[in-house]
Amino acid sequence: MQTTSDEVLIGRIASGDRLAMQALFARHHVRVYRFVLRPVRNEATAEDLISDVFLDVWRQAGKFEGRSTVSTWMLSIARFKTLSQLRRRGEEELDAETAGAIEDHADDPEVALAKKDKGAVLRQCLSKLSAEHREIVDLVYYHEKSVEEVAGIVGIPEATVKTRMFYARKKLSELLKEQGVDRGWP
Amino acid sequence: MNTTDEREASDIEELLPWHAAGTLGHGDAQRVEAALAKDPELARRYELVREELAQTIYLNETLGAPSPRAMAALLTKIDAEPARRPAASLNPVARIGEFFAALSPRTLAWSASAATLAILLQAGLIAGILLNEKSSSGYETAAVPSSAGDKGDYVLIRFQPQASAADITKYLETNKLSIAAGPSAGGLYRVRIAGSKLPQADAARIIKTLQIDPVVGLIVPTK
Repeated sequence: MQTTSDEVLIGRIASGDRLAMQALFARHHVRVYRFVLRPVRNEATAEDLISDVFLDVWRQAGKFEGRSTVSTWMLSIARFKTLSQLRRRGEEELDAETAGAIEDHADDPEVALAKKDKGAVLRQCLSKLSAEHREIVDLVYYHEKSVEEVAGIVGIPEATVKTRMFYARKKLSELLKEQGVDRGWP
Repeated sequence: MNTTDEREASDIEELLPWHAAGTLGHGDAQRVEAALAKDPELARRYELVREELAQTIYLNETLGAPSPRAMAALLTKIDAEPARRPAASLNPVARIGEFFAALSPRTLAWSASAATLAILLQAGLIAGILLNEKSSSGYETAAVPSSAGDKGDYVLIRFQPQASAADITKYLETNKLSIAAGPSAGGLYRVRIAGSKLPQADAARIIKTLQIDPVVGLIVPTK
């Protein structure tokens, strides 16, 4: 089925069309939620953040110039709001209380390895990456953002995007090696 | 391998994650494909990238989804926003209003007559569609296709332009409806009215009830 493009919805939102806002929300809210949930590690805070993100979309739709895709624009807003939230909380590092708020879906690495589940070990190591490395991995692999789009969202040069992704992957290999999985790279 | 070759190999290797995600431009994608075809070690490393891609998606998909509270909070915040004056460049209705305001009374009278004829014609077409529904199985558009193959029963609804998001949400909740698709270019939504196919008489009765609400501009059955 041919659906209305994000850009058309943004045009309608700029004119005050609340239903277009609902349609855009329905289309993107899960991905935006997952993007902000990873760093804030609290479902309620992540839900508050996404309603703030979409409120900004409502307010700024008239200024959207189409220089990026709508989803890239929204992830940029989401990232800014998430960092502001973390600064307000003053706790960029995970504490014991919030760690308990997010269910761990991956086995402990040693348990997973004992089960010979390489995928589970990989997931566990992915979740041990630093916030900076995990962010770029998620943007590239899960949010399907190009080098240029990641540069726009994170606010770094394109060359840095590539090297940061490379070092994130290198770190992942090191973590895997510590868990007994030698990928033979780098 | 000389320095230039090493730099090229390094460049290609850095692009592997984007190649796996399908987000490279055509030129870069061809460069990577060519390198993968002639370098077995690079191809092996590409498989590592593909494993990372698969597990990153898996990890994100296990994060769940927000509760309906997020949408409710957004609508409450939007309702609290000051009424906005639509931007002239983005609001065709406002532009049309301005256009008519600039016309002379005589021109306006002729325009009104033509508009009346157009409305009558449109009303006739809509009535025709609704009457045909009794003999055929339903209404279908290219943009909002039929629900053939689906188990549920659906209608197409165009909401009144002045209906707020809160009004429409309340209408959907009250009548236990859910939007399955849309809006199409004509502003039509495909809305599920039942979890299984209803007898035609039951569907017609439900549609008659649903169209009473002032938020509804047009409601027609689907095939």
